[in-house]
Amino acid sequence: MKPSTPLRQRMLGEFAITLPSMIWLCIYFVLPTLIIFAIAFRSKGAYGGIGDTWTLNTLAELRNPDYPAIIWRTIWMSVICTLATLAISVPVAYHIARVSQWKRDILLLLTIIPFWTNLLIRIFAWRLVLHPQGMLRNLLISLHLIDPSTVFLGNPIAVLVVMIYTELPFAILPIYAAAEKFDFTLFEAAMDLGAGRLYAFFHVFLPGIREGLMSACLMIFIPLIGSYVIPDLVGGKDSQMIGNVIVRLALEQRNLPAAAAMSTVMFLIMSLPLLYYLKYTTAQHAKEVAK
Amino acid sequence: MTRRSIFPAIVTWLVLFFFYVPIILLVVNSFNLNSYGTAWKGFTLKWYTQLFVSDEGRAIWRSLYITVVVGALATLGSTILGTCAAFALHRYKSTLQNIHYTLIYTPLVLPEILIGISLLIFFASIHMPLGMTSIVLAHITFCVSYVTLAVLSRLQDFDMSVLEAARDLGASNWTTTWKVLVPIILPGILAGALLAFTLSIDDFVITFLVNGPGSTTLPIQIQGMIKRGRSMPLINSISSILLAITFLALLGSKLLMKTRPKK
Repeated sequence: MKPSTPLRQRMLGEFAITLPSMIWLCIYFVLPTLIIFAIAFRSKGAYGGIGDTWTLNTLAELRNPDYPAIIWRTIWMSVICTLATLAISVPVAYHIARVSQWKRDILLLLTIIPFWTNLLIRIFAWRLVLHPQGMLRNLLISLHLIDPSTVFLGNPIAVLVVMIYTELPFAILPIYAAAEKFDFTLFEAAMDLGAGRLYAFFHVFLPGIREGLMSACLMIFIPLIGSYVIPDLVGGKDSQMIGNVIVRLALEQRNLPAAAAMSTVMFLIMSLPLLYYLKYTTAQHAKEVAK
Repeated sequence: MTRRSIFPAIVTWLVLFFFYVPIILLVVNSFNLNSYGTAWKGFTLKWYTQLFVSDEGRAIWRSLYITVVVGALATLGSTILGTCAAFALHRYKSTLQNIHYTLIYTPLVLPEILIGISLLIFFASIHMPLGMTSIVLAHITFCVSYVTLAVLSRLQDFDMSVLEAARDLGASNWTTTWKVLVPIILPGILAGALLAFTLSIDDFVITFLVNGPGSTTLPIQIQGMIKRGRSMPLINSISSILLAITFLALLGSKLLMKTRPKK
């Protein structure tokens, strides 16, 4: 910026390119999010609308005996899925970072393709795999690996498998980005100094890619808390999550205040990781700008 | 050099196997005469021809058309807003820009379902009918952040002193903008636009919450077919066609990038 530019003109320039996106996001993102918290205390209107009076009844409606189990399941399934995805992604990212350039390009391309494929199509493909008359089940039964009464679709395990499947690219790519910057001579040095391979992996490599791991962890955990489609299409009654409750309240029961209250519950569960993540990325951005 | 462990390589290949088994099974099954399950009953192209002759097939193409229209409008809107935002974030350092950055970043981390439900409640409280308009507004909202970050990362890689150099060499503001700045950031804008388009045509959850009569997009159409258990083999054939397009597009863009000199 030239020092000769008058301050006023400079501020006008800043406003002119800042305000469009800022106003847009205030109207369609901040305002609707704030409305959620307010609507939770509104009465139910006719025809699925929102009533005119304030009430605390909605909170009472949340005292459904099924809800604590659903909330608890949402948390543990998201935690298990996050941990499993990270555990699988680290060796993959490590491998991709260590192979030659052309192999690396191919492996990255192969990782990205499922990520660019429509989510509904991938879920449908999994329904084919897990189908009661599907090849996988028939194969495992003929090998006597599973009991013929085993059902694949409609349980929490199926939901977990498909969730890991969809989250893997989101973990592999940031961890790979961190692993690529990691100086592997440190790793060799540790081993030359007598560290075992595993010791070097856990004490040199993992701390070295800590930032990538942390951002991958939050980047998959927060959206997992909000899962809806996967439990809906591959899960059964015993694998419903908070997202399914919210959609049922909003679209089937047409009870928007209750859906808003449930959304508030979901928001509270993820508020701590969310704030941490935002603080972290804002600091990163400040560092980048200061460069 | 110490011999490397083969464990990471094994995990990588298992993961790739895991990635592609469902997809390959889906494509194979699109040629399967069996309309229930995946047991092989013989080769057929029936499910592809039915895409063009049956009512359900016509509904699929119509939903694909709506998806592309929504995607194009959302891409246009979010690319304009996002490019401006990226310039602001890159050029100015102020409290306003710190707030701006947080505002841009938060929608990226929030689960889609919260964004969808808040927009649904918002549209209901201002009595706006749900349909194409509400979907496009929602899509622009969640795409803006992605476009901004794509353009911003391009701007951060770019040495702004080139602009000063151009001016010092006598180029006018107009020439500097169009001959120096635009060619440099255009790839960033295009990458942002492509990302926005892909996210828009892929979106299910937000669209599902804010859609109305006559605005069924392809993901909504597929979900409806799965739920009703109707014409399932048609999902195989349309998915295989879309997979082929995705695969060719990715391969093509990869090859195009290869032919361009590295920076």
